[in-house]
Amino acid sequence: MIVVNEEPLDWHEGMTVRDVLRARNYRFPMLVIHIGDTLVPKKDYDTTTVPDGVVMKVIHLISGG
Amino acid sequence: MSQLVFDPSKVMNIDYTLRTEYLEGLEAIKAAHKVLKEITYTPSLPDKGYTNRTLYVNVGTLEIKEKPVTQQMKDVFIGGRGFGLYHLWNAVKPTTRWNDPENEIIISPGPVAGITQYAGTGKSLVVSLSPQTDIPIDSNVGGFYGPLLKFSGFDALELQGKSDKDIILFIDGVKGIIRIEEAPTDPVDSHVLAEILTHMYAENEADLPNISVVSTGAAAEHSLIGMLNFSFYDRRRKCVRFKQAGRGGIGTVFRNKRIRALVVRGPKVAGDLNHPADPETIAKTGIKYHKEIRENDPHQCMMRRNGTAHIVEIMDAYDLLPVHNFQFGSHPDVHKIDSSYWQQRCTQVTSDGCWYGCSMACAKGADGLTVRTGPYKGHLVSVDGPEYENAAGLGSNCGVFDPDALLELNFYCDTYGICTITYGTLTAFVMECYQRGILNLERTGGLDMTWGNAEADLEMMHQMARGEGFGKIAGLGVKKMKEHFIKNGWGDPQLINDIGMENKGLEYSQYMSKESLAQQGGYALTNKGPQHDEAWLIFMDMVNKQLPTFEDKAEALYYFPLFRTWFGLNGFCKLPWNDVVPADNASQPEPQKVPEHVQNYVDLFTATTGIKITKEDLITQSAKVYNFQRVFNIRMGKGLRLHDAAPYRSLGPVTKEEYESRAERYDKQIVDEMGLDPAGKSTEEKMALHREWRTGRFSKLMDSVYTRRGWTLDGVPTLDRLKELGLDAFPEVVEVVKQHL
Repeated sequence: MIVVNEEPLDWHEGMTVRDVLRARNYRFPMLVIHIGDTLVPKKDYDTTTVPDGVVMKVIHLISGG
Repeated sequence: MSQLVFDPSKVMNIDYTLRTEYLEGLEAIKAAHKVLKEITYTPSLPDKGYTNRTLYVNVGTLEIKEKPVTQQMKDVFIGGRGFGLYHLWNAVKPTTRWNDPENEIIISPGPVAGITQYAGTGKSLVVSLSPQTDIPIDSNVGGFYGPLLKFSGFDALELQGKSDKDIILFIDGVKGIIRIEEAPTDPVDSHVLAEILTHMYAENEADLPNISVVSTGAAAEHSLIGMLNFSFYDRRRKCVRFKQAGRGGIGTVFRNKRIRALVVRGPKVAGDLNHPADPETIAKTGIKYHKEIRENDPHQCMMRRNGTAHIVEIMDAYDLLPVHNFQFGSHPDVHKIDSSYWQQRCTQVTSDGCWYGCSMACAKGADGLTVRTGPYKGHLVSVDGPEYENAAGLGSNCGVFDPDALLELNFYCDTYGICTITYGTLTAFVMECYQRGILNLERTGGLDMTWGNAEADLEMMHQMARGEGFGKIAGLGVKKMKEHFIKNGWGDPQLINDIGMENKGLEYSQYMSKESLAQQGGYALTNKGPQHDEAWLIFMDMVNKQLPTFEDKAEALYYFPLFRTWFGLNGFCKLPWNDVVPADNASQPEPQKVPEHVQNYVDLFTATTGIKITKEDLITQSAKVYNFQRVFNIRMGKGLRLHDAAPYRSLGPVTKEEYESRAERYDKQIVDEMGLDPAGKSTEEKMALHREWRTGRFSKLMDSVYTRRGWTLDGVPTLDRLKELGLDAFPEVVEVVKQHL
């Protein structure tokens, strides 16, 4: 289990940042993602694996209007 | 997350140069014009962003005069919306209403407006007393009129009085002529009128881009929701296009004054006309930004490709797209009107900026639409957009997923002079009333306002333009429709009030706020009414969970409305601020504020005016105008806590269908937020629990926001706050406030 934006999410072995985004249907293109305190660059979303038990922040930048 | 991929082979093969032309009657129309008043003046270009004079025109008495821009005006009000509010305050009394002669329409571009080195710098602010809200409305609009007005010698145009005949105000900023002409036979609707006037006042073909026309259309004469079209000449399409000052019915005021159009002929635009204090810094800041657009936009929002419509599918994915009058947040048919469709349907071979130098270029256009209904049936037209608000308001919120119908609704809104946001929300309200039996065929005069019935939707719009039938009632807007339906005993008053999405008399724009308390405040705790241009906090609040406490939400509702007010003081568009971000933005503190871009704005203001400011000064500049506007509302008999009340549909689920469609979410909130067990409770009982919880927390939010803004719990700026901002220099402002302390 991991926590993403304060909400629990089921974890699986080899889970990548991209998998988390798919699981949450986070489709907005401008995100700031931290695993714990570590910033994940956009180019690494497909290759960065997410350890079990971590707290992730997926900050969507403001849009609208 | 999936990035939409642009496939050029899928773009529809539409000739963007073909459209119905309307120039045949130009000479006869011109011959019918009669000069009522003409004066000469000395044109001048701005110095450090200001021309230091404004133009006053009374269309009733034909008085034309210049007024000086004082240092106090610049220090306190900056320009744009600030100048508009300043002039309007001085023009009206607390008893003035929108259709009184003393009401004004003020157009002001702001000191930075008109530079061509940075994106989104061609905006004007239009201010007037609104027919919908009875308080000042401000509307931010692109197009060429504002910058060309300034380059003709004026930081603002004040229009007062009421004419007894249709008139055109022509400002020739090259020859130094201001002329009021009677225009007895000019066409009414914008796409015809602006094309004719652009060609009438241009001296030759090369002069066409130097002309800008402000106009409205037939619906502005018969409704309270009229908007203004600001034209710009599209050199590639060789046609006149528009951006809209949509909100609050300023087009209705315009026609009530019998103004048919404003025409400005400015000098040929060049990069140095604003005469900034430090052109090198402006150029350097612009080059940096353009590079960012070129490199980052294709991987971020694709604004250059899709315009604001890129968020249709995003809002749908997050359950934020208004569907069926804000009942639901997504719909299975949205793929028919999302950006994957519009990037095929909109012309993609031409750059679509609405002011020179805008590399974001998001003013997309759909060409080659053959109109199917109404007075222009069979005409081939180009449609500006659709922007997100149009796709959501005219589309999903009304259940219309036929893209050609949506384009036709968009076209008629524009040419008739109707605000698309307002029309979308009021039509969605009508359709829900029809669904629930509050309206029926008899009450609508035969209009079958079933969800998605675009034919009836268009007919209601045509009625609005003709001032006939149910369309005329709809043109009064949601607030007055609610009163009308309740007075006639057509339905449960509470239900009608709950589902009518207006606050202060203005219709909501097109985002679902039910699951974001901060956005509920972002809509309702505004100066002019629920428009998203003060604060869009849904992601920060609902998705990111960055605003967990009332104090956090209040801080966001302090900072962002003030930050965004600043765009309207200076002539900026909001979109370049955060619809593309620097590559290293993610590693910056407070990335949601896009700190590098905020610094760009500080640098651009300083480089234009020569007045050195900081990021903190920027907020203070806005706070002066924002609080002045709040006091202005109070002066007009509004602006207190009770006027910030929100319709329950914006706070939570009104109907069983809404609740049960998202029952898992709502039941979980009963457990997590209220500490209760939903088991064994009926939907009605659970809805009642939600209403108590949601209205209670909204009330607490008001307390927190008012406190953070330096207002009393009744929403009145305190004397200390006025003093802190220097507004105590205006005795009238202090007197208004004292009556409420």
